[in-house]
Amino acid sequence: MPLLHRLVRADHPSIPFTLDGTPCEARAGDTVLTAILTQADRLRLSEFTASPRAGFCQMGACQDCWVVLESGERLRACSTALSPGMRILTRRARVA
Amino acid sequence: MSAHSTSERPQPLIVGAGPAGIRAAQALVAAGLRPLVVDEAPACGGQIYRQRLVPDGRSSRDLYGSEAAKAEALHRDFAALDGKLDYWPQALLWNLRDGRADIMVAGTSRQVAHDGLILATGATDRTLPIPGWTLPGVFTLGGAQIALKSQGCAIGSRIVFLGSGPLLYLVAWQYMKAGANVAAVLDTAPFAAKFNLLRGLPLFPAIVLRGMRMTAELKLAGIALHYGVGDVRIKGSDKVDAVAWRKDGLEHRLACDGIGYGLALRSETQLADLAGCRFAFNQRDRALLPKHDAAGRTSVPGVYLAGDGAGIAGADAAERAGERAALALLQDRGLPHDPTRAATLEAELARIGRFRDVLEAAFPFPAHWVKNTADATTLCRCEEITAGEVRAAISRFGVHELNRLKAVSRVGMGRCQGRVCGAAAAELLAHETNRGVEAVGRLRSQAPVKPVPLTLALAAQREAAE
Repeated sequence: MPLLHRLVRADHPSIPFTLDGTPCEARAGDTVLTAILTQADRLRLSEFTASPRAGFCQMGACQDCWVVLESGERLRACSTALSPGMRILTRRARVA
Repeated sequence: MSAHSTSERPQPLIVGAGPAGIRAAQALVAAGLRPLVVDEAPACGGQIYRQRLVPDGRSSRDLYGSEAAKAEALHRDFAALDGKLDYWPQALLWNLRDGRADIMVAGTSRQVAHDGLILATGATDRTLPIPGWTLPGVFTLGGAQIALKSQGCAIGSRIVFLGSGPLLYLVAWQYMKAGANVAAVLDTAPFAAKFNLLRGLPLFPAIVLRGMRMTAELKLAGIALHYGVGDVRIKGSDKVDAVAWRKDGLEHRLACDGIGYGLALRSETQLADLAGCRFAFNQRDRALLPKHDAAGRTSVPGVYLAGDGAGIAGADAAERAGERAALALLQDRGLPHDPTRAATLEAELARIGRFRDVLEAAFPFPAHWVKNTADATTLCRCEEITAGEVRAAISRFGVHELNRLKAVSRVGMGRCQGRVCGAAAAELLAHETNRGVEAVGRLRSQAPVKPVPLTLALAAQREAAE
C-alpha cells in the first residue's frame, strides 16, 4: 500500500522510473519522494537498525529521505524533482 | 545611489526567498542596491507560500486559502524584481566565513563575498520524541502541508493530526477541504487553554475568528477533536496502523495510516551561528536564539535577521521584519532610508509579538513530556539513539551541557545536525539535571549546515586556502 494518495495531477504526463528494478510510472511535477511514496510505503532502511523510513519534514531539514540510485548517487528525495529514467533503490540498508 | 558606486563593493546577500527574504530584497532594490538572493527551493515563497513544481488545476485560493492574496502578492512582487537582483534558486548556502559565503548551486560550490547579510532562514516543525514516530506514514505538520499544497497528495487514506500550535488546525482543515479523510485532531493542550484566544481578539480579531471558524467546520464535518491528550504512542510494525493516547486516565486508540505531527515551530539558526551572532534565551520559544534588536540587527555588524529564523512570529511578521531589516542595512550604510516606515513596521511587529504570547498560551508546548519519555523511544532519528541511552550518558558522564551530551552520546551528530532532536535533547538534559532549559546550552552549528558532497567541501577548502 502506498503512503501518499494523489488528489490532483492524476492525468499529468507519465514519467517512467524504476524502483528496486521494477518499472514504475510517476507524474510530471512529482518530487522523488512523491514518485516513490505513491507506489511504496518506504524510502529506505535506516543505517543502524534497518528500520523502514519514509521521510518526515518534506522541506529539506530532517535529512530522513536520502535515497540512492543504482549509479551510487545519493539524493534527498523531498527536494529533488523526479527525472525520467531514474533508477532508484530503497532496499539497501546502508546508504553508501 | 548610482549603480556605479554600488558595483564597487560586494552585494548584500539575502538567504531565503520566503516572505522575509522577498520583502527585504524589494526594499534593497527600491533603494538602488542589487542584492543576491539565495534560496534552497526551486521557486520563491518559502514554506508557507511554497509554489508547485507544475500547475495542477488548483487555484491560489485552493492552495493558500485566506492567505491567497498575500501569496500572490509576494510571488508577483518578487517576479517584478527580475533583472534588478541576482537570484539563485535551488542553492544551498552551507558555510559562512570571513565575510564570504560558500554556496552550492547547480552541482558546484561558489564563494561569494557579501557586504550586508540578511538571514531569512525560516523555521521547521518542533517535535518531541514519541514511540513509533519514525514509522513510515508519520510526517511533520509542515511536511503534511507540503505534500498537499506542493504535491497535491494526502499523507494517508485515514489521517490523524497530532500536536499543538495553530498549524495543527490549519493543516487538518486544509486536508478536510481538499477532500482527504481526516479521522481526528489530537490536541496536546487542554480545551481550557483555547480561552486564551479571547485575549487575542482585540489584537487580531480576524485571525482569531478564522481559527474559530476552522475548528467549527472541522466539527461540523464530523471530525473528532480531542483535547488534552497525553502519553501518545504511534502503533505499527512497518508503517503506521494506529495511534493510542491517554486522556483523563482513560486509554484511547484510533486506527489510521497517516499522521501529521508537530508542536509549533523552531527557528533555523545555523547560519546566524556560523556568522558569529551572539545568542540569548527566548522564553516564548524555549530556545537559545540569535540576539537582535527591533530592526533585526544582530551582535555582528552588517548581519541582520528577519522572519521565523529570528524567533517564531509567522508569515505576516516575516514580511515586515524582512523590510525592516533591509531599512536597517540601508541606514547602517549611510544610505537614504525611511524612518517613519521603519517605526510603523516596528510597531506592527510589536503588536504581532503580543499576539504570539496569546498563541503560545492557547497552544502550549508540552515540555513536561520528556519526563515520561520511555527509555526505548528513539530520540535522535539520524543516529538512532534512544531516550534511555541519552539518560544513561547524562548520568554516567555527569553531563550538564548539550555539546558535551552530543560528544558522549552522538545525539545531534547526524545528518540533520540536531534540527529534529535538538529541542528534545535540551529538554531532557534540563529535566535530568533539574535545571531550566535555558541553562543547558545549544548545539553549536557546523559547516556544512546541510549535507553537501565531500568533494565539493574539499574543493571549497582548497580555494579558501589559496
